[in-house]
Amino acid sequence: MSARVPLPRWVDVALLPLLNVVLAFLIGGIVVVMVGQNPLEAVGIMLYGAFGYGSGFGYTLYYTTDFIFAGLAVSLAYHAGLFNIGPEGQAYVAGLGVILVALALNGQPWFLTVPAMVLAGGLFGAAWAFIPGYLQAKRGSHIVITTILFNFIAVSMMGYIISKILKPANVGSDESAPIDAISRVPQLRLFWELFKNSPVNISFFLALIALAAVYWLIWHTKFGFAMRALGHNPTAARYAGISNAKVIMITMALAGALAGMVAVNNVGGVQGRLILNFVSGAGFVGVAVAFMGKGHPIGVALSALLFGALYQGGQELAFSMPGITREMIVTIQALVILFTGAMGDMLRPPLERIFRPRVSASAGDV
Amino acid sequence: MTFSAFTKAIAGGVALSALLTGAALADPALIYDGGGKFDKSFNESAYTGAEKYKAETGGGYSDLEITGDAQREQAIRQFATKGFSPILVPGFSWATALGTVAPEFPDTHFVIIDSVVDLPNVRSVVFKEQEGSYLVGILAAMKSETGKIGVVPAFNFELLEKFACGYKEGAKSVNPDIEVLETYVGAGFEAFNDPAKASEVTKSQLDQGVDVVFQVAGGAGAGVLQAAADAGKFSIGVDSNQNYLHPGSVLTSMLKRVDVATFNAFMDEKNGTFTPGVVTLGLAEAGVGAAFDEFNADLITPEMKAAVEAASAKIASGEVVVHDFTTDKACPA
Repeated sequence: MSARVPLPRWVDVALLPLLNVVLAFLIGGIVVVMVGQNPLEAVGIMLYGAFGYGSGFGYTLYYTTDFIFAGLAVSLAYHAGLFNIGPEGQAYVAGLGVILVALALNGQPWFLTVPAMVLAGGLFGAAWAFIPGYLQAKRGSHIVITTILFNFIAVSMMGYIISKILKPANVGSDESAPIDAISRVPQLRLFWELFKNSPVNISFFLALIALAAVYWLIWHTKFGFAMRALGHNPTAARYAGISNAKVIMITMALAGALAGMVAVNNVGGVQGRLILNFVSGAGFVGVAVAFMGKGHPIGVALSALLFGALYQGGQELAFSMPGITREMIVTIQALVILFTGAMGDMLRPPLERIFRPRVSASAGDV
Repeated sequence: MTFSAFTKAIAGGVALSALLTGAALADPALIYDGGGKFDKSFNESAYTGAEKYKAETGGGYSDLEITGDAQREQAIRQFATKGFSPILVPGFSWATALGTVAPEFPDTHFVIIDSVVDLPNVRSVVFKEQEGSYLVGILAAMKSETGKIGVVPAFNFELLEKFACGYKEGAKSVNPDIEVLETYVGAGFEAFNDPAKASEVTKSQLDQGVDVVFQVAGGAGAGVLQAAADAGKFSIGVDSNQNYLHPGSVLTSMLKRVDVATFNAFMDEKNGTFTPGVVTLGLAEAGVGAAFDEFNADLITPEMKAAVEAASAKIASGEVVVHDFTTDKACPA
């Protein structure tokens, strides 16, 4: 069998994902038609909701922030051949670190509390991801299994801690004491009137910095090289003198720290307190974001923005078109995940056929 | 000159149409809690009340389901900005978001159920769940042949303990030696949406000899009722009347009339008699109770019904005070 001709780079990184999204929206549109609604109007409302006005755009960026961190937590580990399905739990546990330092420093100005929250959230997230990393490196327990199980442990543990330890006496629902407004992660609406009432905060810039930092770490450092070597061929990495166990544990800790930033965004910025299940699925969306973005920070940024727009646009759609239920919107979001993630390579063979003649012609010239 | 007049005319027209739109949209709105509209329980009860309002008055209302906590403030603001009033939010998880948004819209009325938000434009409706649970506890104890009954709350949570505690107290008022098993479905709010786990937990109780089990698990409660029906044992529904789900197996349901609270709030707004403040609905106000209908008529003996009626009268008159778990976080029974 002849070797497959690789697609031109622009087709691979731009056209293929774009076609996948278009396909997902086409199928989603058919679903919308089937429930008797106008799909074009639905798309218009989603776009308007996600980008059309300041507050809506702010919500889109808020979701995007979560998805970037979660997506990077999956991507980073993936480069070392580790499939981290645990950002959900890692972010949840990081919330504990964030709230503990925030309440300890309560009343201090944000430029003191925010670095402390970032540090504490990072440490708690890292610790929660380190344990599966250790179990993989030293005991051979598969990281997929352990990170999934650690999500469950996190839910039970955090539920106990929040309802039995952190909850103040006079509060009805299960949540910690609130952080003073002055000590919270500042929201962008304080600087730009445009984002009024939306929860986007300076964690968004932290996410952009994290994108650059992850790029630099993976492709421009010795450790990044060791990670990629491990990811491509553990035997060769070991032969080259790399300590695989050490790389696995450090990579997982770093991934956990990235996931922990979701807690800075939500606990420190949006909610201003630790509530049950504040991650609400962002960690799992991170898996889809990472795969759609092919593990590259630019891809992660773009797919996080797409999912952010889907989340916020979906909310706008549920509000504006009562005929479209919450389940319908989840269906459309799931279609996007299906087409861009699980079936992301479905259109590859036809595209290869389309782009082959030109390639073989140029090969014939040699 | 003419241009200016023209501009004024347009501005006037726009202002007028804005006013008209506002007037046309002064409909009530309902934003469901995490469990979603059709949870066959708490949220669905609010929906039932809203539908009753629609059917009786011909007036419209809007509703919305949320998918995450960040959407709470957003959804309330969206409805308030569009001029909806009152805006009803069922569930204590709304308290913080409502406390933030309600002051921004002083002319809009808000209603929260199961929690108290002390603001001049908010009505807070709370229920004496312990009283209704006491009644179904009596029925459970009288129905049980093994002397063992069970209760399955979604998770270890104050409001749910309030149900469980009233249930235990009611059961022990009939049979002081009765054993009440209490098992949680899960550890957090997601337990409300986990009927499979609820079913497992119930099977475990049934295996231990329990023959009547009370579900306090919202959407997950369907699993409790199913497991009891499969095993030929009895179950007790919660919030909405769930007797019809498994006739012959669902002994009764602890009604929490969220539908009445919803309907009343919408009607009060329509009649211009909306009042803010705390409204407490107990047995005396017919806000809670045990459900009797054609689906459980064969399961309830005249003695059982008489016992419930006697207890109802005593509670309503204040002769019997059922302990409220939330006051001291402890259950005497």
